[in-house]
Amino acid sequence: MRFAFEDRQVEFRDQLRSFTEKECTAAEVRAAWDSELGWSPDRWAAMAELGLLGLTVPEDLGGFGFGFLDLVLLLEEAGRSGLPEPLLETVGLAVPLLLDLPGPEADGLRAEVLPRVAIGESVLTVGLSSMVAVPAAAGADLLLLEDAGELHAVAPAETRLIPRPSIDGARRPARVDWDPTPDTLLASAAESAPVLARLADRAAVGTGALLLGVADRLIASAAAYATDRHQFGVPIGSFQAVKHQLADALVRLEFARPVVYRAAWSLDSAEPAVSRHASMAKAYAAEAALGAARTALQVHGAIGYTWEHDLQLWMKKAWALSTAWGDAADHRARVLEALLAEAAGPG
Amino acid sequence: MDLRFTPEQDAFRAEVRAWLEANVPSEAKGTGPLPSLDTAEGFAAHRVWEQAMFDARLSVVSWPEEFGGRGAGLLEWLIFEEEYYRAQAPTRVGQNGIFLLAPTIFEFGTPEQQARYLPAMASAREVWCQGWSEPDAGSDLAGIRSRATRKGPEGEGGSWVLSGQKTWASRGAFADWCFGLFRTDPTAERHRGMTYFLIPMDAPGVTVRPIAQLDGETGFAEIFFEDVEVPDDQVLGEVGKGWSVAMATTNSERGLSLRSPARFTEAAGRLLALYAEQALLDPVAAGRSADAVARAAMDAEAYQLNTYWTVTRVLGGTPVGPEASMNKLHWSETDLAIHRCALDLLGPEAELLDADGRPGPWLDGFLFALAGPIYAGTNEIQRNVVAERVLGLPRS
Ligand SMILES: Cc1cc2nc3c(=O)[nH]c(=O)nc-3n(C[C@H](O)[C@H](O)[C@H](O)COP(=O)(O)OP(=O)(O)OC[C@H]3O[C@@H](n4cnc5c(N)ncnc54)[C@H](O)[C@@H]3O)c2cc1C
Repeated sequence: MRFAFEDRQVEFRDQLRSFTEKECTAAEVRAAWDSELGWSPDRWAAMAELGLLGLTVPEDLGGFGFGFLDLVLLLEEAGRSGLPEPLLETVGLAVPLLLDLPGPEADGLRAEVLPRVAIGESVLTVGLSSMVAVPAAAGADLLLLEDAGELHAVAPAETRLIPRPSIDGARRPARVDWDPTPDTLLASAAESAPVLARLADRAAVGTGALLLGVADRLIASAAAYATDRHQFGVPIGSFQAVKHQLADALVRLEFARPVVYRAAWSLDSAEPAVSRHASMAKAYAAEAALGAARTALQVHGAIGYTWEHDLQLWMKKAWALSTAWGDAADHRARVLEALLAEAAGPG
Repeated sequence: MDLRFTPEQDAFRAEVRAWLEANVPSEAKGTGPLPSLDTAEGFAAHRVWEQAMFDARLSVVSWPEEFGGRGAGLLEWLIFEEEYYRAQAPTRVGQNGIFLLAPTIFEFGTPEQQARYLPAMASAREVWCQGWSEPDAGSDLAGIRSRATRKGPEGEGGSWVLSGQKTWASRGAFADWCFGLFRTDPTAERHRGMTYFLIPMDAPGVTVRPIAQLDGETGFAEIFFEDVEVPDDQVLGEVGKGWSVAMATTNSERGLSLRSPARFTEAAGRLLALYAEQALLDPVAAGRSADAVARAAMDAEAYQLNTYWTVTRVLGGTPVGPEASMNKLHWSETDLAIHRCALDLLGPEAELLDADGRPGPWLDGFLFALAGPIYAGTNEIQRNVVAERVLGLPRS
């Protein structure tokens, strides 16, 4: 039992942090909101140079062949900085999904696509037929889409995108209209089922990790504001009503962290209870981020209620990500079902 | 990161499990459950149980061997605790000494004090109570007024004379010894001039008045000190440094040792079983509690994960700091949530006492959980600590 990250994983996170502190300031996040794509191809290229985009790509295809434990702190940092690029969709979801696919057809696609992902020349996303809108659909070079339980690889030219703008202006979900054909088919429904289950788990842990970062940012901003802002001749952070709200928000965040990290370990370790761990991660992180958003706004008062103040950039991420890939109550229901099944034992 | 236990740790777990299965007093074996801890008979029965654990070298696994432990690590201690709660073994009569005083004796005690007090504590031959709170000093512990005055020469061979009143001392009704803070320099600034004393409860001048708790039993007591003479070798740490010596125990109370995660994961397991039972009887009514059950079970597991996370850090050399206050907030709220949820599931049965007029396990657990946000520093005080020392907010 050693529940800690390796030095290498922490160093990589620190490297991304120095990068985002320069290249992904709040002003940059706002610029992304105002851009056509919702994110910056230049920053994507720089992320490829940092080695971020090949993280989950196997070594023989030009990447590092790392797992979710290597990614989870980076996603957290992406949430903290508000990084608008589709890191989760491409590196955390689409690449591992391609790797999970059985069969020689998939080998061909992997050999073609993954080296390009690693050098930043191919952006991927994933979508399910149950989704109202697919995240990061605009700007994707290849869409991995589910229809009737089957997985398909669809080129943007074969799709029609109807943008469904999000409250988080850096997310660009879109409804994707497309026609499944034998040419687009990647895997039968039977082959796809376990792959889709893994996808759901990774999506829950990945959004959970982003939400940890979002919550961290919100709490840090509110604590800093509470120290600066004076009323009644004293900093507002000296009032217990303010202190106690922030302390509660911090407790929620600090207890969500190990829950998310454990789920990342379970993803990499073929742990039998991985789906329950993933749902717990999403449920916990969503509550932490929603609570942090509520508290941060209250601590800021009216200034936090403005378009001009940067607080909105992170509050809106908290709201959008907390319902993406299943909200907290959905995931709690799954946790309960799994716990009852575990307690009943096999058979 | 590797969240699996080593084969040695698995073997240790198996040994503990087997021993507890064979020895925990139970109805099936005709040896249990033990009578209530808060009666003379029950107190004695719990001592016998502790002695049996001590003889198996299981009462204090993480202590050095010379004091009755196994020199095991923190992880083994957590494994022990998981098994202890899993086996539904008796409440530990010696826990205030073992978990709150012993860490302080290890840190500040002389070798003579360690040899004198630790083995007797580990076998429950001597059970300790904590004498900190006073009628006018609760959250504001530095406001204590009980005094100790010097008698005899300075330096070796003298003694102190204690007077004043302590209150809310858990296990105080039957304990053999008390550890407490007394003011030795009334002129000093309020956080100074206090000294940490070890006092036998049968010393002349000590009077105990048991106090009935919410469940009607005398779980704590008032202790009156009238010119109680205590020799120098019953001072723990330096004279006048009692506050900093005492703060070392509060951190273990809030942080790692008093409330091991096993207590909550075990209760959460019982909650799930209760939910499954109620769902068979009335799925609609049980379904209304489903989300609360899931939350409570997750909170217990999150506490366990957070403990492993913290223990890994501690084993890597980082001491537990003010984040101990976050643990206390989380476990106390979790405990309440688990028990409140169970009572809701029981519905109209929840209020009913057993045939012998006692609260059943869920009601009893609920009453105990209600004290969690009060003792070991109230949750309001913990929130102040988190805000000021972790988030760096300005003091009020
Ligand atoms: C079951 C149980 C067992 C106990 N066992 C022991 C024991 O073995 N030994 C021992 O010495 N003591 C023991 N105690 C006492 C315990 O330590 C005190 O109850 C605790 O420190 C709070 O003190 P108080 O009860 O005087 O409450 P008070 O300090 O009077 O507080 C009352 C209320 O005011 C709030 N409050 C006080 N100050 C502040 C502040 N600065 N900011 C915000 N809110 C504040 C508190 O949070 C609380 O809600 C026990 C208590 C219980 C319930």
